[in-house]
Amino acid sequence: MRHRSLLILTTTVTVGALTLSACGSRDDKGGSGDSGGKTTVTIGLDAPLTGDLSALGQGIKNSTDLAVKTANKNNEVKGVTFKLETLDDQGQAGTGQQNATKLVGNEEVAGVVGPLNSHVGQSMQKVFGNADLVQVSPANTAPQLSQGPDWQKGDKKRLFDTYFRTATTDAVQGPYAAQYLFNKKKFKNAYIIDDKKTYGAGLAGTFQDEFKKLGGKIVGSDHINPEDRDFSAVATKVAKSKADFVYIGSEYPTGAPLSAQIKKAGGNIPAVGGDALYSAEYIKLHKKKSEGDMATSVGAPLETLDTAKTFMKNYKAGGYKLPYEAYGGYAYDSAWAVIQAVKAVVEKNDGKLPDDMDDARKQITDAMKDVKFSGVTGDVAFDEYGDTTNKQLSVYEVKGGKHVPVQTGTFQEN
Amino acid sequence: MQDLPDQLANGLALGALYGLIAIGYTMVYGIVQLINFAHGEIFMIGGFGALTAYLWLPEGTGLVVALPLMILLGVVCATLVGVGAERFAYRPLRGGPRLSPLITAIGLSLALQQAVWSFYPDAKKARPFPQFSGGDFDLGFVSLSREDLFIFVAAPVCMIALGVFVAKTRTGRAMQATSQDPDTAKLMGINTDRIIVMAFAIGAAFAAIAAIAQGFKTGEVSFRMGFIAGLKAFTAAVLGGIGNIYGAMVGGLVLGVAEAMATAYIGDIPGLEQFGGGSWKDVWAFVLLILVLLIRPQGILGERLADRA
Repeated sequence: MRHRSLLILTTTVTVGALTLSACGSRDDKGGSGDSGGKTTVTIGLDAPLTGDLSALGQGIKNSTDLAVKTANKNNEVKGVTFKLETLDDQGQAGTGQQNATKLVGNEEVAGVVGPLNSHVGQSMQKVFGNADLVQVSPANTAPQLSQGPDWQKGDKKRLFDTYFRTATTDAVQGPYAAQYLFNKKKFKNAYIIDDKKTYGAGLAGTFQDEFKKLGGKIVGSDHINPEDRDFSAVATKVAKSKADFVYIGSEYPTGAPLSAQIKKAGGNIPAVGGDALYSAEYIKLHKKKSEGDMATSVGAPLETLDTAKTFMKNYKAGGYKLPYEAYGGYAYDSAWAVIQAVKAVVEKNDGKLPDDMDDARKQITDAMKDVKFSGVTGDVAFDEYGDTTNKQLSVYEVKGGKHVPVQTGTFQEN
Repeated sequence: MQDLPDQLANGLALGALYGLIAIGYTMVYGIVQLINFAHGEIFMIGGFGALTAYLWLPEGTGLVVALPLMILLGVVCATLVGVGAERFAYRPLRGGPRLSPLITAIGLSLALQQAVWSFYPDAKKARPFPQFSGGDFDLGFVSLSREDLFIFVAAPVCMIALGVFVAKTRTGRAMQATSQDPDTAKLMGINTDRIIVMAFAIGAAFAAIAAIAQGFKTGEVSFRMGFIAGLKAFTAAVLGGIGNIYGAMVGGLVLGVAEAMATAYIGDIPGLEQFGGGSWKDVWAFVLLILVLLIRPQGILGERLADRA
């Protein structure tokens, strides 16, 4: 009996879902007819718009918004108007996954930009993968998102065909920092701290491997809770160690107080971290004590790139209240990649998207593999794992209350 | 182990902070047997009150000049919210089932967090808290930062003031009486409602001072700061013996020192490398709590449970 009622329930739900989805596609067609042959295509955006990481998230949102507006203004894809649907994940994996489900459920969404955090990206991948909905992250740097959990052992395997990113990975970001500190700064002793999250622990791991390989010494290591703000005991340990610098695998809301408390405890050494410490907020949280701290970030500094001049000009003209921050350029390029993929599909299909949205999504995902354009951050294209082919990185140092670029280049294996 | 004095100072500073917050839990529990889970948020509001005072002052005002005003506004804000919570969230439920005020407390805690999150300007992320300029005080065997000095002065002063207040003044003795037997106290002409408000107010004021200390220590205040601090302080209150004001401070100090020691030294013990450091300190702190409660279920300075039955 139980089985039968379950069967009936399942059938009802399935029929209901089918009916609803049929309604959806009919609506789509109707919509495109009404507005004089123009189809509306929605680009989803997911980023932490509130909470500690909101500075980075708002920069991503504004830059994506700019890309969408630019595409509409220039009539980039003929017959298609782009619209943005913005969702806030608060930097939490669970919320990110709900947002992903919501975006998949919206029949108009043809592609998604985001998220910021690697652990959020991890939770969204499967949802998009099942729905064939393409996702381009401007900021995820954890290597396993594209290359599978065993990437470090050389066993690279792409998990989701729908996952792409314009930011380079920690597989090169950590080692790049290690080489800079060991070769250029002549630092031999490292103290390594991570926050146990996907991003922080991964980054600290790749850094540590390369630093040891170069001949550096790890004089101590520790793990912290990302929610803690009192690190006095850890700080004293670091300050009393013989480390030349402390490497922090974490994000600025945790990294800034940690670095400041190490200095307060008498540890007169720079704190070094990855792209998640490269934010104006990092300096704002601890004005005086951040001097000399370093951070690596993906890509070349936008200010030095000719390709970014127009972006910076338009961003200013757009009247956005908050700065574009570390990932603005990448968010713009991510959105532009989605737009280009839609364009490729529309051109192939006699000037419109396939009527069946599932089919359209699949074709857009396929088209993403061949997307290639000159973007804000340089040439944008994706390799066989969905990672960006642009592997440039930069080191920044805090000087006079600002992050100043000190080196830009690509990672070379020793 | 040569950093032992420094680590002890870290632990004591953190512990004194926990202790100040724990006073609020313990006083309210001692008098109305209510765990005020919104206390962590009252602590947080004290921090934002102090920050507001600092931001009102003209840019460049010395922190030494600003500090009295920051303490004043922090204490006023926290006390108002604490007393308001008692009046509007807890008093209507007094005498009802014991779980109702507990659920109310959790709801109030969320509401206060979200209120600060949405209405305090730019509070959706952590706001930087002013810092003392100048270096540490080197006492030879240990160096104290100016920020830690604040809590090392504030905590004993608050404790002594509270001790004298409870033991010597009429209101203080009325408080003791209410805690021992509310019904008889009422019959003796004590306005127990007023005493309960008093307990909430004192707890909130102490929490505000703790919030300023935490602001100095970590350099920021955020709408979420009350959750972990409140949880730790509640633990400290239980560890020291809930209902006993001196127990709260002792519990806080023990907890703080235990956390600092666990972070610093557990990893050095052969075989325990995996279990040391900042990420395991909470585990060790709670192991200690369980051990203490196994031996002394009423807490370190706890009262006999028979009184409460």
